[in-house]
Amino acid sequence: MVRSRSFSFSKVMLVLGLLFLYLPMFVLIVYSFNASRLVSVWAGFSTQWYGELFRDEQILSAVWMSLRIAFYSASMAVCLGTLCAFVITRFKKMRGRTLLSSMITAPLVMPEVITGLSLLLLFVQMAQTIGWPVDRGMATIWIAHTTFCSAYVAVVVSARLQEVDRSIEEAAMDLGCTPLKTFFVITLPVIAPALVSGWLLAFTLSLDDLVIASFVSGPGATTLPMVVFSSVRMGVSPKINALATLIIVAVSLIAFIAWYLMRRAERKRLQTPDA
Amino acid sequence: MRRKLLPTPLTERVRAVLFNRRVVFGIPFLWLLLFFLLPFALVLKISLTSAVMAIPPYEPVFRWVDNTLSVVVNIGNYLFLLSDSLYIAAYWGSVKTAFLATVVCLLIGYPMAYAMARAPKHWQLVLLLMVMLPSWTSFLIRVYAWMGILGNQGLLNSFLMWLGLIDQPLKMLNTNFAVVLGIVYAYLPFMVLPIYTNLVKLDVRLLEAASDLGCRSLTTFWAITLPLSKAGILAGSMLVFIPAVGEFVIPELLGGPDTLMIGKVLWEEFFNNRDWPVASALAIVMLLLLLVPIVLFHRFQAREMEKHG
Repeated sequence: MVRSRSFSFSKVMLVLGLLFLYLPMFVLIVYSFNASRLVSVWAGFSTQWYGELFRDEQILSAVWMSLRIAFYSASMAVCLGTLCAFVITRFKKMRGRTLLSSMITAPLVMPEVITGLSLLLLFVQMAQTIGWPVDRGMATIWIAHTTFCSAYVAVVVSARLQEVDRSIEEAAMDLGCTPLKTFFVITLPVIAPALVSGWLLAFTLSLDDLVIASFVSGPGATTLPMVVFSSVRMGVSPKINALATLIIVAVSLIAFIAWYLMRRAERKRLQTPDA
Repeated sequence: MRRKLLPTPLTERVRAVLFNRRVVFGIPFLWLLLFFLLPFALVLKISLTSAVMAIPPYEPVFRWVDNTLSVVVNIGNYLFLLSDSLYIAAYWGSVKTAFLATVVCLLIGYPMAYAMARAPKHWQLVLLLMVMLPSWTSFLIRVYAWMGILGNQGLLNSFLMWLGLIDQPLKMLNTNFAVVLGIVYAYLPFMVLPIYTNLVKLDVRLLEAASDLGCRSLTTFWAITLPLSKAGILAGSMLVFIPAVGEFVIPELLGGPDTLMIGKVLWEEFFNNRDWPVASALAIVMLLLLLVPIVLFHRFQAREMEKHG
């Protein structure tokens, strides 16, 4: 390809863009080790904010609550999202398929305040009509998160399903495999990487959500973003910097492991040319 | 080695049910009908009621008294939105801010995606992960990072004063500038990603043919690359614009008193004023406003998810 001016311009933009994305996070990490409470003053290296973070009962219980909700939401979202992806990529003539595909893509862009408000109104109405949910809390957040996370899982899984070689599935069924067994023996192993990445994506989305959870939660359930938000509203706090650092480090670590595994899989594939 | 399991009639029946197409279709369909579509109908219903001091704080639409069904529909909330210039200003402010942020995202994101798509194969995965990684960390915390940078005693002001460029701190936090910056920062990965997926599939032979035929690189870009990446640009722009219109966290943390955005207004109507009907009417009008972009996005996304098969 011709090396052109626009080519080098785009390279510069890529570097600048990545700097723009990473510098603010880098600043957070640096200042989480600042001994001073003020942002502009560097008063020496200290890990005291981490100590304070781990003594903060409210934050710790919110972390535990958020992790549990994210685990349940991601797991349910993988089930629902995979079913949706199957319908969209495989059942071309199913009635109601268009409606389903509209309902699964809309949450990707729907403003959070609308989703949150509408789900809250639903739960209030349900409590009036069928007497459930009596108290809003973990269960209602779980339902809300599952719904919007399914959309993301459906996108990830359908991309993978498009690449699956259907002839292997057909061969299995010709040889007497039931559709269910074909799914578990052939299709599932092939789409497993997409299920894992879909699950991880849903997990981070659920962990991160403030707006929807604030609408559908009750007094009993406070998630981590809610605690962070109420503290951040008051201004910059070094304890939140420490928390941010831990989150960034954890996510980077997982991303690094994912990259390593993908690279290894890629190399293996290149080494066995007939695969 | 294969073991043969003799299926009992019961497991046979369970299997038949489980892998029935109607079940595969029905479970997610019912879930989304109940937890995605029905709630919108309720928002519409409640936007047509009037607020009362009760639990829940709105009047019922349908009432059954003395064997007569009375339906009370109140369009007062919508008239109220139209009559108060605050709401119109908030809608306009949201659309303006979101549009500006989308354009800036596109101007930064397109060259980034272009460079990624042209990078050597083994670099592409690393670059892709690097662009996506920030969006996997906390959105809230990434917005919060700017509070420390933009504040009067923040990092940027201290730096500029140290350089001697300014004597007094510039007011950057709690301005509309900060809101646009925050949206660009938070949503940039969503712009880069669809454009990258689009550009990486671009047939390089077209570009080579153009340059063989004496096309200058910039002309090639305008005539071939840009038109062919239209779908990616559209998807990226919608992924930024639509959520940005309803954004609450960014205007709340980075915006000032003169920042009027509809997501924030809706939040305040709901949580501070406890006026559920007006909040619902605000949501319905916002949805109508976003209907065209949402349909555009849906058409792109449906095509992406359905091809091949």
